[in-house]
Amino acid sequence: MKHLIDIRDITTDEIEQLIEKANDIIKNPEKYREKCKYKKLATLFFEPSTRTRLSFEAAMMELGGNVLGFSEAQSSSASKGESVSDTVKVVSCYADIIAMRHPKEGAPMVASFKSDAPIINAGDGGHNHPTQTLTDLLTIKRKKGKLSDITVGFCGDLKFGRTVHSLIAALSRYENVKFVLISPDELKVPGYIRKDVLKKEKCEFVETSDLQEVIGQLDVLYMTRVQRERFFNEADYIRLRDSYILTPEKLDTAKADLSILHPLPRVNEISTKIDEDPRACYFEQALNGKYIRMALILKLLEID
Amino acid sequence: MNIDSIKNGFVIDHIKAGNSMQVYKYLNLGELVCPVAIIKNATSKKMGKKDIIKIDGNIELNLEVLGYINHDATVNVVKNGEIVEKKHLELPETVTDVIKCKNPRCITTTEQDIQHIFKLTDRENRVYRCIYCEAKAND
Ligand SMILES: [Zn+2]
Repeated sequence: MKHLIDIRDITTDEIEQLIEKANDIIKNPEKYREKCKYKKLATLFFEPSTRTRLSFEAAMMELGGNVLGFSEAQSSSASKGESVSDTVKVVSCYADIIAMRHPKEGAPMVASFKSDAPIINAGDGGHNHPTQTLTDLLTIKRKKGKLSDITVGFCGDLKFGRTVHSLIAALSRYENVKFVLISPDELKVPGYIRKDVLKKEKCEFVETSDLQEVIGQLDVLYMTRVQRERFFNEADYIRLRDSYILTPEKLDTAKADLSILHPLPRVNEISTKIDEDPRACYFEQALNGKYIRMALILKLLEID
Repeated sequence: MNIDSIKNGFVIDHIKAGNSMQVYKYLNLGELVCPVAIIKNATSKKMGKKDIIKIDGNIELNLEVLGYINHDATVNVVKNGEIVEKKHLELPETVTDVIKCKNPRCITTTEQDIQHIFKLTDRENRVYRCIYCEAKAND
């Protein structure tokens, strides 16, 4: 693999290698401290995403490399009308590897056609965000010891949540993963996920609007935010919002080894009272994001 | 031009009735200097009505584009006044710079000098998707 633009471009074997590498980094961090010495990562963020950018920068720094870049379009030449192609052609002269976030869908793919340096898609609009999916997979693997034979619940906004769509697509390639899709009717997964992913891969899945009813079956619960702007009227939003907030009471019937994930930032969809519960994995998930990005940088730079 | 007998060129037959102007446009037939005839609403045993385009000239015909916009058409190659070959069209795997992506969030709407590429993602339902944003063509 030369670039990482879409999680579906890489094989499950490659995902396995990245997870193994990340696990080794977690176990032996000192071994990796100088692996990227004298190497530079450019973070080209045409729209702000502090969390993702810091994760990439921390990853490169922990490998002994350096970082440069910009964190919003205003501070880049894009504000003067420079194309993505030209920006990337120039930056790839300075940097060994590029992480790019852009509000337009497909921008990192355009960049990958023009760049000699590997491009990592750090989010293109509502389209792809493959390093988030790798982060989620690493977290599930570390918690469950496997990516097959598990029941995974997705809860909240399953219609617009791109992290949900790509994680479903990624998990659908593993054996015997059962999907439980929990959302209000208004925010069910789009038809193409049902048809082109779940049915095509012959995955077992159920759709429900009741979290409480199914929580006891789950090995993993992936929470997302139900956003106000997704609703036509305030009354519907308020009525539905609370059904999809995770509280300690709702966890009463959950398995003792449930893993609760959330791509963060959260607003109120997971009660902060749960943060101390051993089943809460979302902060660990954020940390895993750095490790999987370290593994990815090494892989794309062909450093062992 | 006698539209029944062209000497060297092509007869694009079985064009869906009403589609001939679209074919004319996408194949850039307006730029040709050789004779071109468009026959609309001809009677067809198979289709009821059909359009036909006749081109009296040895030109390069872009079968990829034609396959995309009118897959059911047939192309008869005419040499010395006789049909020497009947080509059935295939759905092309990709179409480049024929149509544009209509997704306002797609990078192709802002990036200069970009190739507009669509890929066949579902042969059965003839679905093409933009390679950049995956939006369906003509959606
Ligand atoms: Zn597009």
